[in-house]
Amino acid sequence: MDVMDKLEILTASAKYDVACTSSGSRRKGEGPGMGSGAGMGICHSFSSDGRCISLLKVLMTNGCTFDCAYCVNRKSNPIRRAAFTPQELADITMQFYRRNYIEGLFLSSGIMRNADYTTEQLIAALELLRYEYHFTGYIHVKAIPGADEKLLSRLGLLADRMSVNIELPSQDSLAKLAPDKSKTSILKPMGVIRERIHENRADLVKYNHTPKFAPAGQSTQMIVGATPDSDHQIMMLTQGLYKNYNLRRVFFSAYTPVVEDSLLPSLDTKPPLLREHRLYQADWLLRFYGFRAEELLNEQNPNFHPLLDPKSSWAIHNREQFPVEINSAPYEMLLRVPGIGVRSAQRIVRARRAGALDFQALKKLGVVLKRARFFITCRGKLLDGIKVGEHTLIRTLMSGGETALPQSQPEQLSLFDDQQFSALRVGGSSWLQG
Amino acid sequence: MTRTTSLAYQYDGTFDGWLCCVFESYLWKEMPIAIHSAEDPQGLLLEAKWIETDPEKAARVRRSMPEKMGPEATEWIRLGFLTCVADKELLLLRFLRLGYTHGPTVMDRLADDTVHALGKAIQQLRRESHDYLAFLRFSVYGSVMAAIIEPRNEVLSQIAEHFCERYRNETFLIYDQTHRQAIVHRPGRYEIIPLDEWAPPEPDEAEEKYRRLWKGFYNAVGIRERRNHKLRASHMPKRYWRLLPEMQVGWRAGAHQGNASHEYAADLKLRSVKPRSRLRSTPGPEQY
Repeated sequence: MDVMDKLEILTASAKYDVACTSSGSRRKGEGPGMGSGAGMGICHSFSSDGRCISLLKVLMTNGCTFDCAYCVNRKSNPIRRAAFTPQELADITMQFYRRNYIEGLFLSSGIMRNADYTTEQLIAALELLRYEYHFTGYIHVKAIPGADEKLLSRLGLLADRMSVNIELPSQDSLAKLAPDKSKTSILKPMGVIRERIHENRADLVKYNHTPKFAPAGQSTQMIVGATPDSDHQIMMLTQGLYKNYNLRRVFFSAYTPVVEDSLLPSLDTKPPLLREHRLYQADWLLRFYGFRAEELLNEQNPNFHPLLDPKSSWAIHNREQFPVEINSAPYEMLLRVPGIGVRSAQRIVRARRAGALDFQALKKLGVVLKRARFFITCRGKLLDGIKVGEHTLIRTLMSGGETALPQSQPEQLSLFDDQQFSALRVGGSSWLQG
Repeated sequence: MTRTTSLAYQYDGTFDGWLCCVFESYLWKEMPIAIHSAEDPQGLLLEAKWIETDPEKAARVRRSMPEKMGPEATEWIRLGFLTCVADKELLLLRFLRLGYTHGPTVMDRLADDTVHALGKAIQQLRRESHDYLAFLRFSVYGSVMAAIIEPRNEVLSQIAEHFCERYRNETFLIYDQTHRQAIVHRPGRYEIIPLDEWAPPEPDEAEEKYRRLWKGFYNAVGIRERRNHKLRASHMPKRYWRLLPEMQVGWRAGAHQGNASHEYAADLKLRSVKPRSRLRSTPGPEQY
């Protein structure tokens, strides 16, 4: 099998992993070899599905002893199998990096023999890349659940970011679909990584030349839509992961059926992209907008509204907190206004030092007045001629023109559209019932 | 009082030359109706006063900028001069006058038309610079590497450090086809030089092999069920595609082939610069 075949097979087997970020690590380029960490992350290309290509995302091997129902690489799935040698992998990485095709490597693997052996193979490949080829670019590596702590620690010293996939949003779902994995086997390495990062920070302060342990932190991902877990469960879990494990990112992956299984949605199910999109919007609200998951969803409303983004939805349910006076509201409150983002909120705070702002000025600061106008006053006045009836409000805030998402093309916008409806149904309880 | 005259200024197109235009404007307490560089064909239509570049006058203005309006606004002047915004010289002069009037707080006046226009132009410069960190592609010719770019703004000085750090032990060239300039890097030092023309050599076998592998990877990583060409084009505007091996039809990446490139560059210049339409607030996994 030549390298091209291997590359295609091992890429196709890795493509369902969503995380492809290269941010969070400012690695100074020095010494022999090549490479640096850009800090803000760089997407070098975008694939035909519009997703970022930042890293060479491949598996060491797609042979696997596990049999997780949702996974394309499950051992009972008859697909072509391949494995890279460390040399092949290092060579492709360096040659792609040199041409500025990629920001670095994202390495994961199927389970060969057992978790320890697999981790040793990953270490061998990364050591070759770091110490022989002197690669100082970005490396994201998957920690294999169940591997020895000492091996995990060695792996972390070679990588910028580590991740353990939480796979599914609940213990039940995990037991059903990934019988070889358990909540503890997933959370344990996460805990180990958290401790190592913590110790390492302290060591870095004490000693000058301590090697860095996963300086870009750790992340995780879970599959959405393969099991009946609600958005509420997912958001609470996400919030817990940020808080308890100091994760940098939690990624969501709309379930794309790849294998037939009686436990899974049927093969012709469309990936619930809109739901994934809403979860990311909410994730943003948690990380940058000061929202808590409990504010966005609860037991009675366990799922996001398909036609309203989570922030607008929150604002409609909390109308007593509005309107907000642009010229005096605190930054935290500006952030909660639909149509005002982090950047425009910062600009407002700065610009109002120079003088009172009116609606005309807000436009120049990047505020989306179409949404914001219902929730703000400038110098005590609402925008002329505005009526804030619930009906107009919801209609205007509905994300009609979301052309970037295939599911929200205009003809699919009717409330009881089959496709959209089924996409949400996959999540178990439909929002209409809630 | 500053008079608005019907007079245009013409200068040599250098930053020092522009500083001398500032000097002139303050000396005569006048606001020119336009400022054009000598090469700009528009300059012929107006009665223009030729402003000679005088290093001493330039130095005086240069010194006074941080004193009068602080480091942040001074940086905006430097960056603004690299942008491709229409009538940038006059816009920068208006911004500078505003800065000299209000001091460093000029940076708070984000809703002011002049500040807003300059801010936008700089934002576009920064975005384009970032785009080229991402979409620039090197070809490897033996022991040297080379890349061609076609930016609207003068991004070379903005991207130089990044590439010189990353490829610190390599010898490479980055050629800006639009502005006829190049970064030339050898281990330990680099410079930006004017370069009228540069044609890349034919790719050798090794180069073609890796372009092919890259295309193979690119095609394998997309998920068919999620295909979304609109989203791709909004993240990766089509004007970059001809520089990207993965976007070429057929197995031979045509990034550096053919010599229609100059016509293309001219074409790019003529087109008006539209701000890239931002995707709706899609905080996808991929963006950060």
